[in-house]
Amino acid sequence: MTGSPADKKNPPMPWPGHEKAGGSSVGNYLIAAGLVVLFIWSYHGSDIRLGELFSREGGGQILAYIKKLFPPDLSAATLQQALRGAIETFAISFLGTLMAAAIGFSLVFFASRNLMYSGLLYEMEPGRWWKRALRFLPYVSAKSLLNVLRTIPEMVWALIFVFVVGLGPFPGMLALGVHTGGVLGKLFAEVLEDVDYQPIESLQSTGANRMQILFYGIMPQVLPQFISYTLYRWEVNIRVAAVLGLVGAGGLGQRIHIAISLFLENQLLTYLIFIYVLVTIVDYLSAYLRRKAI
Amino acid sequence: MKNPAHPYSSNAQKSAFPYLFGLFFLLALVDSWRRVGVDLFILFERQGRDNLTKFVTGMFPPEHSAQFLSLMIRPTLETIQISVMGTLIAIAIGFPIGILATRNFSVGGILNEADTTGAPTRFALRLAIYYCARGALSLFRSIPEFVWAFMFVRAVGLGPFPGVLAIGVAYGGMLGKVYSEIFEAVNPRPLEAIQSTGANKLQIFFYGWLPQVLPNFVSYTLYRWECAVRTSAILGLVGAGGLGQQIEISMRMFNFNEILTILIILFLMVAAVDYLSARVREIL
Repeated sequence: MTGSPADKKNPPMPWPGHEKAGGSSVGNYLIAAGLVVLFIWSYHGSDIRLGELFSREGGGQILAYIKKLFPPDLSAATLQQALRGAIETFAISFLGTLMAAAIGFSLVFFASRNLMYSGLLYEMEPGRWWKRALRFLPYVSAKSLLNVLRTIPEMVWALIFVFVVGLGPFPGMLALGVHTGGVLGKLFAEVLEDVDYQPIESLQSTGANRMQILFYGIMPQVLPQFISYTLYRWEVNIRVAAVLGLVGAGGLGQRIHIAISLFLENQLLTYLIFIYVLVTIVDYLSAYLRRKAI
Repeated sequence: MKNPAHPYSSNAQKSAFPYLFGLFFLLALVDSWRRVGVDLFILFERQGRDNLTKFVTGMFPPEHSAQFLSLMIRPTLETIQISVMGTLIAIAIGFPIGILATRNFSVGGILNEADTTGAPTRFALRLAIYYCARGALSLFRSIPEFVWAFMFVRAVGLGPFPGVLAIGVAYGGMLGKVYSEIFEAVNPRPLEAIQSTGANKLQIFFYGWLPQVLPNFVSYTLYRWECAVRTSAILGLVGAGGLGQQIEISMRMFNFNEILTILIILFLMVAAVDYLSARVREIL
């Protein structure tokens, strides 16, 4: 029970499974030492003032802030704002996820190896290098496009789209759609790449062409998983849509931004409650639909 | 398929769902479309097109002067430091609360059945602790980390520290929930065996419980650290240090070539962290 993780991992236990794990190796100590160095370095770099947090002054400040949050502002005007913001957030996440599914679905068939240039569908093809290269090209470009979409965080996309199309919920929807499109494209491609080959092989042996194989052999297998991934991302997106407004992209986030900036803590609490309720509703809805889809 | 004469009768009974679903879907679509103010042609109109070309042409070539690059070193490192410290605080919050929020650790199960049978007040007390812990975790997790960051910026001032706290609290909620799920899935038999040798609770915890859960713990925590790196890179948009602050500044100044550079740095950093964490997971 000394502090190092290596000790905890391999306590001297008489179980058969642990005998071959043996004592601590040099590697374990190296990892532990590296971790300690990493923690010290990070502690110094990130300007942590835990003492201040727990000192009377700092702690008092936080307590005062929490006290100011209560009671939530339940006046009709605020409730109306909150409701409108919640519906707007829902709309952003809904349309954003639909857009993402459209982007992912239209790119994924180019971005999966076994549909584009290798595997069962192409093994009978006479090997002409330029034909293969011609197939390889859309694969690489679709794959890298998805990578670019995915790498740029939603918030940065939102900043970019706010610049391009102006403030409001529309750039929020575009930001969600583009980023999540990249994520869904990758997830969809993974589903497509480990599709079960037996139905495809039997379809091929009946003389079906590639389009027929796609529609009757592959689509029925992957569609339920596509839908379930899309619903899962919707749950993530509702959380993101709630904060996209912090950079000017509509929804509850915009109201939260205003409430925090103007020190309207009671309103802030109302909006937080609305976020909580909205997220919970979407979680249940998504779980329900997923059960229906599969 | 009970009635072979009407093989599709079971489907016919369920058939209200697709129509209802379609109806709601259309309603939500139309309403959302109006509310969001979707304007597909804005990108082709003069204003939107001009902005888009300004942005895209402004991005190239990416800013690569030595001065700017050396300016970016500090925020990049700071992003990683924020993520590490944030994850550490998240563990410090999530682990104890996660243990309290584990039913078979704090309320029932082997460890407690000797204590709580025939002692209803003690049982009620433990149940209350259990529900408080669950509620706290759910609260931490349901407020988005951006809102936490914004609130901590108000409370402790600008800089990396509010970012650390925001990640610590929000991720603490998520880690605590997953930890308690991992805890609840342990195999009780080794625990019983250890108990029958007369071990006390701490011994049961360290020799029966931890060895079972540690691999899952480490791998989930590493995964969360990867997420924390991505998050801490953009938390700066609300003033919480790291690369996000630079993104915000460059965007305000319309220096799009700097944005491209920062995005490339971000990409390299995330790729490096993913690689590192995959290697660590392999070793463990």
